[in-house]
Amino acid sequence: MKKLVFAIITLATFSATAQNNLRSSVSGNFETNMQVLNEDTLIGAFAPTEKAVMNTVMNINATVGKFRAGVRFESYLPAIAGYPVFYNGTGIGYRFAEYAGDQLNIKVGNFYEQFGNGIALRAYENGALGIDNSFDGVSVKFIPRKGVELKGLMGRQRFKFKDGVIEKSKGIIRGLDCDINLNTLIPRFSDSKLKVTIGGSFVSRYQSVNDTTPPNVNIYAGRIDMRYQRFTFGAEYGYKTNDPSLQNGFVYNPGHGALVNLGYTQKGLGIILTARSFDNFQFRGDKTVLGNQLTTNFLPATTNNHTYNLAGTLYPYAANPAGEVAFQMDVFYTIKKKSKLGGKYGTKLHMNVSVATDHMRHKTGTNFSADGISYIGKPFDLNDSLYNFDFNIHLSKKFSKKWKASAHYYHFIFNNTVNPVTLLAKGYIKSDIFVLEAQYRIGRKHSIRGEIQGLFTEKDRGNWGAALLEYTISPKWFFAIQDQYNFGHPDPALQLHYLLGSFGYIHNQTRFIFSYGKQRAGIVCVGGVCRPVPATNGLSFTMTHSF
Amino acid sequence: MKKISLLFALALGVIGGSSFINTDDGGLGKTMPSVMLENLEGDQINSADLENGGNPIIVSFWATWCKPCRLELNTIMDDFEELQDSTGVKLVAVSIDDERNKSKVKPVVEAESWDYEIWLDSNSDLKRAMGVNYPPQTFVLNGEGKIVYSHVGFVPGDEEDLFDIVKELHEKQTQAVE
Repeated sequence: MKKLVFAIITLATFSATAQNNLRSSVSGNFETNMQVLNEDTLIGAFAPTEKAVMNTVMNINATVGKFRAGVRFESYLPAIAGYPVFYNGTGIGYRFAEYAGDQLNIKVGNFYEQFGNGIALRAYENGALGIDNSFDGVSVKFIPRKGVELKGLMGRQRFKFKDGVIEKSKGIIRGLDCDINLNTLIPRFSDSKLKVTIGGSFVSRYQSVNDTTPPNVNIYAGRIDMRYQRFTFGAEYGYKTNDPSLQNGFVYNPGHGALVNLGYTQKGLGIILTARSFDNFQFRGDKTVLGNQLTTNFLPATTNNHTYNLAGTLYPYAANPAGEVAFQMDVFYTIKKKSKLGGKYGTKLHMNVSVATDHMRHKTGTNFSADGISYIGKPFDLNDSLYNFDFNIHLSKKFSKKWKASAHYYHFIFNNTVNPVTLLAKGYIKSDIFVLEAQYRIGRKHSIRGEIQGLFTEKDRGNWGAALLEYTISPKWFFAIQDQYNFGHPDPALQLHYLLGSFGYIHNQTRFIFSYGKQRAGIVCVGGVCRPVPATNGLSFTMTHSF
Repeated sequence: MKKISLLFALALGVIGGSSFINTDDGGLGKTMPSVMLENLEGDQINSADLENGGNPIIVSFWATWCKPCRLELNTIMDDFEELQDSTGVKLVAVSIDDERNKSKVKPVVEAESWDYEIWLDSNSDLKRAMGVNYPPQTFVLNGEGKIVYSHVGFVPGDEEDLFDIVKELHEKQTQAVE
């Protein structure tokens, strides 16, 4: 805390005395989301007794020469629909002071950080989802010579925002990371066609306990990234010492996380293969906490990020926190301009396929009553229990300066037993989704865009249809209307429409959006901006501003 | 805790107030903040070192999963060669894709044949430092590296305003040299 006060005073002094000699600026952003909610039991939308709810955040960052400081005010009065209930009140959610030199960077207060691919450590925020696991402590980065970066940090993680005050993790996280670019470090390799970067991390949590579980739990991770002409290769492996936690049922198994990427690219073509395996690897700032909060490492789903409403919102797959083995392939291809299939402007193709399965648990040789180890897990040791299958293909074409269109197909096999998203179905839910989109430009400033979507499944709530029409006037206005219709619901009384109208006004860095109607949870893109939203029925107002 | 928060707010107020007095263009006119990032070759870069030999620069925040972002970058690409020839402009496309999608950035860029400089902001450090709420958000820097324009979102037609601003900057620059 003393350091923080010192940094603030230093900053204020610098700003007051050295204005004209130093580069100084203030930047930041503001976002408010307000909803007036109606109860709608049919669609599962909830209205609190307050009726009106609001989330607001404002970041202010100031830079003076090499010093920087920032603060974020947050206000949840109360939080909008779908947000964690322990976000309430008004207060300061984030503040830091920083010295950013050429070789040295010191941060005190709150900070975000990522080591390597995030397998060992990632602190980040996603305001729309209510995730913020920032550290409160000290972070130091040092570049002893070009090509080498060392990082060290210690801190407690953000947990709850209760009555405007941050509640922090019980555990203290300590981390070290080293990243070496061999081509930069070794002059002899600077012109080599083979580019190699290696790195290693050590992350540890201390949590005082009055039981027999270990107070210190460690993750060790190593990584490599290589590029050779058109090929790229990346891999990271992490090992976690035994971490008895509420998440794993207090077993003493060690954990592992592994990630491998292999890519090939040339003009007009990009292919990427990804494989991820993890078992008992979720790491948190508190061993007694579940859910989205207080994660210390990052284990994302190995699937495509779908943005069309029906594809993105009904059966979305998230990585199984207990462990999984997953593979993914993406092919991006542009059929050449002025060829038979490419037409005047070229035709774009994207194919994505991913599969996630359970992993093997080897019991032979284990003695649970002696050491608390319930099974042995190995990297990429999958079994035949399917968690998720996702095939999707996208074709888009520009026909003229005015016309553009795209077609999309998805096939999902979703394991609702392992990752339950609905109570109406058991086991696997198979679905097929079709999307057509077209855009027509009317003159320089006006354009119109339409989407039609269909989802077909024999389970859960049956078939869905959706349509969207959007009219935009550059650079200020947009108007949109959309409907989703659950025409295949097995109960005719529940064959409902979800109608939503919205309009927005944009003035440079400021954007206002009003919408009224029913919304399903998921990522919604309207008027040129994307963001995730929860299920609601009512009026919502969003304003964002950057300064 | 409260005292520290108050001090913080006060300090920021002082810095904020004084820095705005020094700019005569209403908050714009800032330079790029200093954040360490990676480019597609795996090289470390400092965002504050961005320059283009006195010519304008476009900085655009995007993500592989963000359709309006890709529409914006594709729309600009249609006229980019011509714009580059006439103004010397450079475009930096800052991807905010996180670890879930970061490996897809290079394949997407190559398949789209974008002629842009690509930065990877995989933990949103630059996005935070520049006050970006959601992608796409586009900035224009003049020849001295000062931010002179910023716009959120993208709808067809927005590129025309962007081109006008870049051309105007180029004209100003040419006149200043003469």
